[in-house]
Amino acid sequence: MKRPLVLAVLLMAAVSGDRILAFCGFYVGKADTKLFNQASQVALVREGDHTVLTMANDFQGDPKEFALVVPVPTFIERRQIAVVDKGLLDHLDAFSAPRLVEYFDVDPCAPPPMPAAAAAGGGRDLMLKSGGAMRGVTVEATYTVGEYDILILSARESNGLESWLIENGYKIPSGAAPILGSYIKQGMRFFVAKVNLKEQAALGFTFLRPLQVSYETPKFMLPIRLGTVNAKGPQDLFVFALTRTGRVETTNYRTVKLPTGMDLPLFVKAEFKDFYKAMFAEQVRREDMHAVFLEYAWNMSWCDPCAADPLSSEQLRKLGVRLENDNRPTFVSRLHARYDAAHFPEDLVFQETSNQDNFQGRYVLRHPFKGTSQCLEATRYDGDLNARREREAQNLAQLTGWKIEDIRRKVQTVKITETAPDAALPAPAPWYRRVWASLSWE
Amino acid sequence: MAATATTTGTPYLPAAEALSPAPARGGLDPRLYQIAALTGLLAYGLLRLDLEVRPGRAAIILISVLATQYTCTRAWRLPAFDARSALISGLSLCLLLRTNWAALAAMGAVLAVASKFVIRVRGKHVFNPTNFAIVALLLTGQAWVSPGQWGSAAFFGFLLACLGGIVVNRAARSDVTIAFLAAYAGLVFARSLWLGEPMTIPIHRLQNGALLIFAFFMISDPRTTPDRRAGRVIFALLVALGAAFVQFRLFRTNGLLWSLAVFAPAVPLIDWLLPAAPHRWPAAPLRRSE
Repeated sequence: MKRPLVLAVLLMAAVSGDRILAFCGFYVGKADTKLFNQASQVALVREGDHTVLTMANDFQGDPKEFALVVPVPTFIERRQIAVVDKGLLDHLDAFSAPRLVEYFDVDPCAPPPMPAAAAAGGGRDLMLKSGGAMRGVTVEATYTVGEYDILILSARESNGLESWLIENGYKIPSGAAPILGSYIKQGMRFFVAKVNLKEQAALGFTFLRPLQVSYETPKFMLPIRLGTVNAKGPQDLFVFALTRTGRVETTNYRTVKLPTGMDLPLFVKAEFKDFYKAMFAEQVRREDMHAVFLEYAWNMSWCDPCAADPLSSEQLRKLGVRLENDNRPTFVSRLHARYDAAHFPEDLVFQETSNQDNFQGRYVLRHPFKGTSQCLEATRYDGDLNARREREAQNLAQLTGWKIEDIRRKVQTVKITETAPDAALPAPAPWYRRVWASLSWE
Repeated sequence: MAATATTTGTPYLPAAEALSPAPARGGLDPRLYQIAALTGLLAYGLLRLDLEVRPGRAAIILISVLATQYTCTRAWRLPAFDARSALISGLSLCLLLRTNWAALAAMGAVLAVASKFVIRVRGKHVFNPTNFAIVALLLTGQAWVSPGQWGSAAFFGFLLACLGGIVVNRAARSDVTIAFLAAYAGLVFARSLWLGEPMTIPIHRLQNGALLIFAFFMISDPRTTPDRRAGRVIFALLVALGAAFVQFRLFRTNGLLWSLAVFAPAVPLIDWLLPAAPHRWPAAPLRRSE
């Protein structure tokens, strides 16, 4: 089993962090990337031409079977390779995951609340056989890094490289040769990693830690084509792009924002992960699988609501952000692609923009007021509630493609257990702020 | 608005907005068709594609181009205010230019129109207004263009609209568009053939809304392309080569825009080598004096 991955790039621009609108609400859940099978995670740091690529995947099989072939634009020295803690990517994933927030309606008979004050939350801040030369393959370097044996290969022609890889125990899918050939002609090298079982045993890791490669290149791209050869169905790729200037987007595919901000029925709280999967599948279907989705774009120095704490300076450094070179905050863009060869014929090419608008996949639960109040507003409130439930059900049906009848039934039958927060409840943003927000930055 | 027709070149005039001989065929001004096509595309982008441009931003750009056109018309003492070319520039900016700052968007609009009046050689403006403004703002690092923002669904509809434009234009100056597209497509296909890539890759690269806007609304601008057909074909080839160089050798985005801006100053030279009568737009609904 091979999980070919790839590489990439970025830039910057100074923008102060003052264009933000606070969301109040209580963060209650997140949907992380572990939901998806055949998912790869890539953290991509780009500063000018300096690129640091950290790759993790969900390989579950025998480590003997694991191999990774990544086209890279330059020769890679030992010091450019590292093995990093999987926790870094998990944290980045958690920080940027779509999130669910909930609000609790206030007593309709109580005096209207003041407009929401400050935001809740807040900032805080391989063992080789010879014969390579005969096939036009040059092993330019071999390294053992952590639990991996790594080769840097260059080749003159694709058939030679393919044969060499096969002879050396790599299961190269048929159909890979032309793709390898196109990378060879572009002067690219191949970063090839296998697990060194002895080292792995000595280190005591039972899973494969992410590999990190850094290099200088004008090419800001991720080679996905090798991964589509022989793939069993579509694969999911999460790219966490870290820059200083702003959002990263794909230039050769449409980058589409995940739908966000909808009110949903309360039962979604218990099935938020299913909701996210279904919603993502539905959005992919609507875009005819030709788009990359933006799931999060945020200045890393804060979040609201926070699905996880922002990454620390130390964590960012480990991911390759050169904090010493630039004191601007790091901006993270989370891109999610579901791809196969038919819909994504070419590698992903990115650009860094100076777009610092914050964006998050955020879904809202609104709990009705449970108390008993008698007043004119209370009667009207009860009437509005039914219309609101129907709207929430429609939203959910539209987002996920689930049947509206099933949703309505669940709205009626699923028992909601709720824990109202102790503290004073922040009110939903007044309508004019919501309108302003939708007009201004989303 | 009435305008006086002249029969010879009017090199002191900034553009053909005002004075012009009778439209060659007395037919529809192709710019009206272009305005309709760009407006339709913008509406589609706003309503269906969720483009990163808001109606307010679009309004700022359009008002700014018209105000600048009006001001320059007065300042250069042109006999008539003509909104058409300015609207085309403004709509193109709405479709292509992205920036965080409304003021920068407005500045782009002003730069676009003002460049027509200020940067001139032998009576022709040098840069396509939209191209000039976008490249100038890209240099600030605070603006960007999203070439991937058009889906392939939009592509075919848009292609039809563009081809419709050729019909309306009766191929008057479509040669530069055709030459450019042929050269650029040739380069993209040739590179893929050389690399052994499947043909789905070059096809995917060419199915791009930004490429169409560029080819049909920007490089095709008859006021900034060489006057003689041979010159226009040479110019188109140069721009295509430059764009491919930026994209496939420098690995930077927006190769089309950079290339056009770089080669635009060569147009006066091409015109000098290959002279011909300059193009004029049909005037606004006019009273002919001939």
